[in-house]
Amino acid sequence: MTEITAPPRPMMTDVAYYPGCSLHGTSREFDESLRAVAAELGIGLTEIADWNCCGASSGHTTDHLLGVALPARNLALAEAQGFDTVLAPCAACYNRLSAARLAMATEEGLAEQLPDILGHQFANSVDVYNAVQLLRDASATIEEKVATTLAPNPLEGVKLAAYYGCLLVRPFEVCGYDDPEQPTSMDEVINACGADDVDWDMKVECCGGAFSVSRTASVLRLGRAIIDNARAHGAEAIIVACPLCHSNLDLRQKAMAQRGEEPMPILFVTQMVGLALGLAPVDLGLGRHFVDTEPLIARLVQRAAERVVAEKLAKEEAAAKAAARTAKQKVGAVASSGGAQGGEAQ
Amino acid sequence: MSRIGVFVCHCGENIGRTVDCEAVAAALKDHPGVAFTEDYKYMCSDPGQQLVKKAIEENNLTGVVVAACSPHMHEKTFRRACDQAGLNQYMCEMANVREHCSWIHEDRGEATAKAIDITRTIVEKVKHNKPLESIRIPVTKRALVIGGGIAGIQAALDIADGGHEVVLVEKEASIGGHMSQLSETFPTLDCSQCILTPRMVEAYQHPNIKLHTWSEVEKVDGYIGNFNVTIRKKARSVNEDLCNGCGDCQAACPAKRIPSEFEAGLGKRTAIYVPFPQAVPNIPVLDRQNCTLFKGRRKGLAKDACGKCQEVCLKGAVDYDTEDTFIEEEIGAIVVATGFKLYDIGREQPEGLKGYGEYGYGEVPDVIDGLQFERLASASGPTEGAILRPSDGKEPRTVVFVHCVGSRDPEKGISYCSKICCMYNAKHAMLYKHKVHDGRAVAFYMDIRAGGKGYDEFSRRAIEEDGAEYIRGRVSRIFRDGDVVKVWGYDTLSGEQVVIDADMVVLATAMRPQDGVRELAQKLSVSTDEHGFINEAHPKLRPVETNTAGVFVAGACQAPRDIPEAVAMASATGAKVMSLFSADELEREPAVAIVNENTCIGCMNCAKVCAYGAIEQREICTVDGHVCGHVAYVNPGVCQGCGTCQAVCLSKSVELQTFTDEQIFSEINALCYWE
Amino acid sequence: MSDAIATSAAADGFEPRITAFVCNWCTYTGADLAGTSRLHMASNVRIIRLPCTGRIDPLFIIKSFERGADGVIVSGCHPADCHYNSGNYHARRRFAVFHDLMEFIGVDPRRMTFSWVSASEGAKWRDVVNEAVTSVRELGPFQAYRALAPKDAGVAAPTGPSAEAVTQAEAS
Repeated sequence: MTEITAPPRPMMTDVAYYPGCSLHGTSREFDESLRAVAAELGIGLTEIADWNCCGASSGHTTDHLLGVALPARNLALAEAQGFDTVLAPCAACYNRLSAARLAMATEEGLAEQLPDILGHQFANSVDVYNAVQLLRDASATIEEKVATTLAPNPLEGVKLAAYYGCLLVRPFEVCGYDDPEQPTSMDEVINACGADDVDWDMKVECCGGAFSVSRTASVLRLGRAIIDNARAHGAEAIIVACPLCHSNLDLRQKAMAQRGEEPMPILFVTQMVGLALGLAPVDLGLGRHFVDTEPLIARLVQRAAERVVAEKLAKEEAAAKAAARTAKQKVGAVASSGGAQGGEAQ
Repeated sequence: MSRIGVFVCHCGENIGRTVDCEAVAAALKDHPGVAFTEDYKYMCSDPGQQLVKKAIEENNLTGVVVAACSPHMHEKTFRRACDQAGLNQYMCEMANVREHCSWIHEDRGEATAKAIDITRTIVEKVKHNKPLESIRIPVTKRALVIGGGIAGIQAALDIADGGHEVVLVEKEASIGGHMSQLSETFPTLDCSQCILTPRMVEAYQHPNIKLHTWSEVEKVDGYIGNFNVTIRKKARSVNEDLCNGCGDCQAACPAKRIPSEFEAGLGKRTAIYVPFPQAVPNIPVLDRQNCTLFKGRRKGLAKDACGKCQEVCLKGAVDYDTEDTFIEEEIGAIVVATGFKLYDIGREQPEGLKGYGEYGYGEVPDVIDGLQFERLASASGPTEGAILRPSDGKEPRTVVFVHCVGSRDPEKGISYCSKICCMYNAKHAMLYKHKVHDGRAVAFYMDIRAGGKGYDEFSRRAIEEDGAEYIRGRVSRIFRDGDVVKVWGYDTLSGEQVVIDADMVVLATAMRPQDGVRELAQKLSVSTDEHGFINEAHPKLRPVETNTAGVFVAGACQAPRDIPEAVAMASATGAKVMSLFSADELEREPAVAIVNENTCIGCMNCAKVCAYGAIEQREICTVDGHVCGHVAYVNPGVCQGCGTCQAVCLSKSVELQTFTDEQIFSEINALCYWE
Repeated sequence: MSDAIATSAAADGFEPRITAFVCNWCTYTGADLAGTSRLHMASNVRIIRLPCTGRIDPLFIIKSFERGADGVIVSGCHPADCHYNSGNYHARRRFAVFHDLMEFIGVDPRRMTFSWVSASEGAKWRDVVNEAVTSVRELGPFQAYRALAPKDAGVAAPTGPSAEAVTQAEAS
C-alpha cells in the first residue's frame, strides 16, 4: 500500500482548535459534540485567537498565494500561541490548512514570502489534524471509557457506515494518514465505540460538496446513491466528519427521499463517540438535525437495555444450570460413598 | 627522434576553398619533428593513400598526421594504410580541419591560421604516441542463456545451430515462459502452444544445448570471453535421469488444491507436478512448501506424513533427500532473456508502485488480468476453453476490458506504455465474442497502439467484424454490487459518464520485469533502469547489447515487447554471440588504462570511479611470498577507455593509452598563445 | 539564431583565445555535426579531444590559462547519456569544486564554460562557442599569468584592460 506519511500517534491532550466558518455556524452540532467528547476524553481544545477564514470555498481558486497565505496565517497564530498541532474538524478547512503547510514546505520560494505577508516570522512547524485522526489516536481511551461507562453502550453491535467524502483523505500527498481509495481510519473509530463498521462502496464518493446550492439536482442524485448503498449494506446510520457532507446528506435528504422509505440518520463522528461514552443527546447537538435522530437513538437505547436484560437473564440461567450441575455432582458423590455408610446407618 | 609526415587534404573544395592547404603544409614543413609535408586534393582516395604509404617508406616516417576531415570519418582508413606500409597504426592521427574549421568559418585568413594551429597540435600529440598492439583475449565458445521463454529459446537455438554450445538456464520447472500460457497469439490467432512447443522440444533435444530447468544463476565471475558461471540446480526431488514422465506421482499426490501458477491462480495443481501437459522437460518437480511430507518434516514429525509419490513411482525416481546442487560452467557470452511479469493491483507493492484501490485492490471476484483470461480461453485451461467467470462459473454476458491499468500512469509508478495490451485486448474481445456470440464486449481505452505488421487491421477487426464496443475514456471505479461488477467510466468522445453492470472485468495490467532481475543484473554488472528493465548499450543503435562487454539482452526483460520483437532480438543476440565466437581470440582497441605498479600507492580511487568494474586490487608479494603491498590492476578485457581513473589517480600511476597526460599536455602546450 | 559569426568585436580589436576540452562521443561529434551542417561560428576556439570529460584533470585547464588562453570550455554528454555511464558526472563534480579554486587562484570563473552538448546538438555547440567568445571578449585578455610566459617568447602586447586588472584597479 502507499506509504503512510502521518501514522497514528498517542492520544493528544492539548491542541489548538480551528473551528472555521462552519463549526460556529451551520454545523454547530459538530462543534458542540466535539467539545463535549474532548472534555470527556481529556483532550484540551484551545480556540486559536483571532483566526481567519481558511479560504476553502474561493480563496485557493482565485490565487495560489492567497490560497496559501489565508490558512498559513492561522497556522502561524497557532505556532505563536505555543501549539504544535491544529485541530481543524471541518474537512475543507483541514484540507486547505494541510495543503498550505505542504506547499510551504515543498514549493521553492513560497515560504520566504510569508513573513512579509503575515508581518512576523513563521517556521511552518505546526501539524494539522482532523477530527477523525484525533479520535483514531484516542481509540484506546474511547474503548476503555466505553467499557467502564455505567449505562449500556447504545452503539454495541450497531452497523454504521463510515462516509469519508472527498476531502478527508485526498489528495494523498496532503492528507497522508489513510488510504485514499479504501480508507479505514473512521471505521477504526466506529469499532472503538463498539459498533460494527459496514463494508460498503461509497466511502469516498463525492456528495456534491458546495454544489448544494448551485447544482442541487446533482447533489440529490449523488446523495441518493450514497444513502442507497449504505442502506443496501445494512447500515443503520451514516457517520460523517465534514459539515458539507452532513448538510448534503441530512438537510437535503427529504428532497431525495422516496415515499414510505425509512430515513437514514446522519451523525457526526463526534456525536457517535459521545453516544458511546454515555453523553446525553442534547449535549451532542443531536436535536439540530433535519433527519430526526430521536427515533434511532430511542431504538438503540431500547435495544441496549433489552440486551442488558437478556444478558442478565442469560447469566442467571447459566448460573442456575451450573448450580444444578454442582448439586447433582454432590448428590452423586454422596450416593456413591453413601453405600458404605448406608450399610452402617441401617 | 620523431619523423612525422604531415598530409594536408584539400577535400576537393570542402577544405581548399576556405583553408590555404599549401600554406598549412608550408607552415608545418620546418616544425621540429616533421620530416615530410604534402598537400593533395583527396587524401582518402586510393592515390592519396598511396601517397601516404610511399612517404612512410621513403622517409622512414615514425608518425603520420592527416589534416583533413573528422577522425570519425577516416581515422580507420588512414590507420589501415599506415599498417599496410609497415607503420604501427596507432602512430597515425587526424587533424580535423574540415568539420571543425573549413566548414564553419568564412575568413580565409582566420581559417588557415586555425588549421595550422590544429595540425600543429596533433603533430605535438603524435610525438608522444606509442606503437600499440591490439589487445587479444581468448574466447570460450560457450554461451549462457538466462531464461527459457520464447526469446531465450530462440537465442539458444540460433547459437546452437551455429555450432556452439549453449547452457540454457530456466528458473521454472519447464521452459516456455508466458507464451506457453497464451491461448492464441495476435495478429494471426495462431494457437500459441502449437507454434511454441516444437521450438521447446527442439531446444530440449538439440545436441548443443544443455538445459537446466528449476535452476538459477548463482554467481558470475570474469569478463567477456572468460566468464565463470555457477548455476544452482534447485532440489527437484525427482531424478531427471530416471523419470520417464508417466505422471503416476501426480495422480497419487493427496495435496490437490494448490493454486496453479501456470493457470494464473484459476486452477489447482498437486504438490508434485508438471506445470502443464506439454512441459519440457516432462519431469515433475516437488513443491516442498506445500508438500504434506515436507510440511511434516518442518514441524519435526518423527515419521514422514506422506510418501505416496515415491511409493507409486515404478522407476524409483522420487528422492526426498535431494539438495540444491551447484554446477560450474566456463562461458564466453551471456544472453539475458528473463522476460516479464504482470503488474498486480493489490495492496502489497514493491517500493515506488501503488496498487489500484479504485479497482478494489484485486479483491473483487471476477476482476481478472490478461493472463488469467488467456487461461480461461485456452482449450487446455481450467475451464477447457469456455469463458466462465471465476466466482460462480457462469458464462458472463457482459465483459469489460480495461486498457492501461498501471501503464502510462506516473501516479501509480509506471510511466511507460506496455505496448502489447491494445493488441491483446482486441484479441481477448474477439475470442470472447467468438465463444459468446451474443455477449457484449466493451473496451475502455486511451489510445490504440497497433503499430506492427497487420496489427491495425487486427485491431479494427475486433470492432468491425466482431462487434466489440470501444469507449475512449478511463474507468474510475470498479466494485462488486450484488451479482454484477459495477464499472464506472467516462466516454470522452461523447462527453458522457458510463456505468456498466459487467459480469466480468479483464484488466490489461502493465508489463514489468521479473522478480529477482535487479539481483541478477548486479551479478552480471549490467544496469537496470528505474523500472527494473535491463539497460541496453544504446537505445537506437545497440539495442541487444549492454554496457558490459559480452552480456547481451533479448526480449521483455529490456522493455515491453511482443513476440516477433522478442524473437528478432533473440536472433540478433545470436548473431552478436556468433560474431564474438568467430575467432579464437577477441581483438580489442588498445585504448585501455595501464597501471604503473611501481608508483601505484594502492588507494583504489580508480576502482571506485570505474563504471565497468574493470579495476581490481592485486597483491604485491616479496620473493618469499609475504604480501607487502597492494596495487591496482586494470583488466584490459573489460576496460572501456574513458580515463576517469587517470583523472582521480593521486599518484599519477594509471595511464590511458592514446590519451596519456603527456599527449594531452603536449597538445595544450602546442596551443601556446604567446607568440 | 542566425548563422552569423559573433560580430560584437571589441573596440580595440582584441580576440580571445579559447581552448575547449570535449568528449569524443558527444560534443566532438556534435561539433562535427555543426560542421556538416555548415553552421558558422567564431573561430577563436581550439578543440582538444578526450575520450570522456571524466578524463579531464583540472591541471589541463590551469595549464591552458598558463599558456595564454583567455578562456576554457569543457563540454561533454548530457547527464545519464555518458558513453561510459558516469564519466560526465565525475567531471561535473570535479568542475564544481574546481570553480571555487579558480577564483581563489585569481582566474575569473566567468572565463570558464561548462556545457552538455550531445552528438545531435550541432546548433547548441555553435551557441556555446559564440557565447563563450562573446563573454570572454568582454572580460578582456587574461593577463594574470603573463609572468609565466616563456622567456624567449615574443609576448604580443594584448590590447584593452583585462577584467582582473579592472577589479584590481577598483580595489586599490
